[in-house]
Amino acid sequence: MFSPEILAQVFIFGLANGTVIALIALGYTLVYGIVELINFAHGDVFMIGAMLALTLVGALGLTTGAPGTMLALELLGILLACMVFCAVLNVAIERFAYRPLRKAPRLAPFISAIGVSFMLVNVGLFWKGPSPRLFPHLLPSVDLVQATLGTPVSVAFTTKDLFVILLTAPLMVALHLFVGRTRLGKAMRATAQDREAAAMMGIDVNRTIALAFLLGGALAGAGGFIAGLYNNQVHFFMGFRAGLMSFTAAVLGGIGNIIGAVLGGLLIGIISSYSDFYLDPRWTQVVVFGILIVLMIFRPAGLLGESTPDRA
Amino acid sequence: MALLEVDRIHAFYGHIHAVKGVSLQVDQGEIVTLIGSNGAGKSTTLKTISGIIRPRQGRVLLAGEEISRLPPHTIVARGVGQAPEGRRIFPRMTVLENLEMGAFHRADRGDITADLERVFTLFPRLRERRTQAGGTLSGGEQQMLAIGRALMARPRILLLDEPSMGLAPVLVEQIFAIIQDINRQGTTILIVEQNALMALSVTQRGYVLQTGEVVLEGSAANLRQNELVRKAYLGESS
Repeated sequence: MFSPEILAQVFIFGLANGTVIALIALGYTLVYGIVELINFAHGDVFMIGAMLALTLVGALGLTTGAPGTMLALELLGILLACMVFCAVLNVAIERFAYRPLRKAPRLAPFISAIGVSFMLVNVGLFWKGPSPRLFPHLLPSVDLVQATLGTPVSVAFTTKDLFVILLTAPLMVALHLFVGRTRLGKAMRATAQDREAAAMMGIDVNRTIALAFLLGGALAGAGGFIAGLYNNQVHFFMGFRAGLMSFTAAVLGGIGNIIGAVLGGLLIGIISSYSDFYLDPRWTQVVVFGILIVLMIFRPAGLLGESTPDRA
Repeated sequence: MALLEVDRIHAFYGHIHAVKGVSLQVDQGEIVTLIGSNGAGKSTTLKTISGIIRPRQGRVLLAGEEISRLPPHTIVARGVGQAPEGRRIFPRMTVLENLEMGAFHRADRGDITADLERVFTLFPRLRERRTQAGGTLSGGEQQMLAIGRALMARPRILLLDEPSMGLAPVLVEQIFAIIQDINRQGTTILIVEQNALMALSVTQRGYVLQTGEVVLEGSAANLRQNELVRKAYLGESS
């Protein structure tokens, strides 16, 4: 039961799921970093991304089998469509549900976010019905360990796992470079650190905040598609659990911190995976939130959070 | 025509009627100060010029064009640069990044490099610390960074809000000497100060603000001699 093979296998599964959690966590952290709002609807934007992916897969008539260049291109097209759609959706949510409340007490936009979450959940329910829907097995599931070694081993690292990592890693690297190196990315950091001073420097604060929602939405859309492909199931309520897990990941890593969100996402994914396997999936949320509570007591700023004062 | 003209503005700071019909003007190339005690409405006046606060009445004109209905980022692009009260450095960005943010609205890459060089020449300390996070600088260095950052916008007029605040006297003198240099190099400057003595010694003209109204104006030399100013702001008892 605790053989290295099984430990490794559970780790791989957790890593793949962790990358999806990390993608969603990035959206929480970007938005919190800039407007200090817990975007409660963010997990549901991810769900909408998964639903859209399923619809597009159906519309293109993609079913199990036949890997090839054509399939790869179609999947890439769906990925981009999900990213664009969720980016626009998230920007629209900010524009109509949060921006009018920006000067209100902080509880007001949070309640508004909960409202948006309920709206999206019900859109999902109306769109795909109440029961879990099968997402076709489109990715080839060839065991790379076995293919390399030539003999069957009890650990499998499949093309599917590889695909998830290959798809998510560049998105995270791109985001990190964007925020760290580009003019607009720096404007986002400046706005996050001092909104009024940013305005005095000629930064259009409204557009910069919208940009954070745009990026977060795009990553959630990508996450929805990838989660569907990997787990082969979508459900109108999937955003709630994913949202909680990802929000926890963002807090664990240090909310507002991009590397922290990725680290938190991977950790939560791996911990959940071990908990699912060795305890029981029903205990996983208890484990995850137990860790969060302990961490918050001893390290309230999160693993990589800034605990230094903002101004000297 | 004045470069900056503030025309009978009324502005509120929260619910307080902080600025009551203030008018002032700054001509091209001038260095002018707005002095007054704490709560006189100085910073509110500056924030109204830079668009952070909307005037309830009155107008702000830059080179004859009204800017008081524009959002702050557009006002910066029109040529109003500001080193705000309390310096407001981006604490977790490097000195270099802070300066880059000052030039945010500009597209002319080559000139930005030249301006960076100019700021580093004015403030050699900033060059030494360019990779350091803004939040780790001392108060004086942060003030240098705030002024340098505002200069990076290549402003037609530079607004300085309490550049002496919280600094040791020797640093204040150093900062004001550099402010004079910047003015001599051609930048029009409006300084808001509580340290009236220092401000009046480096500027050409001044306005005295009291409870939201301009109560006195004139050449810096005349204001220094004025009895009210001497009593209220220069610390003389009679």
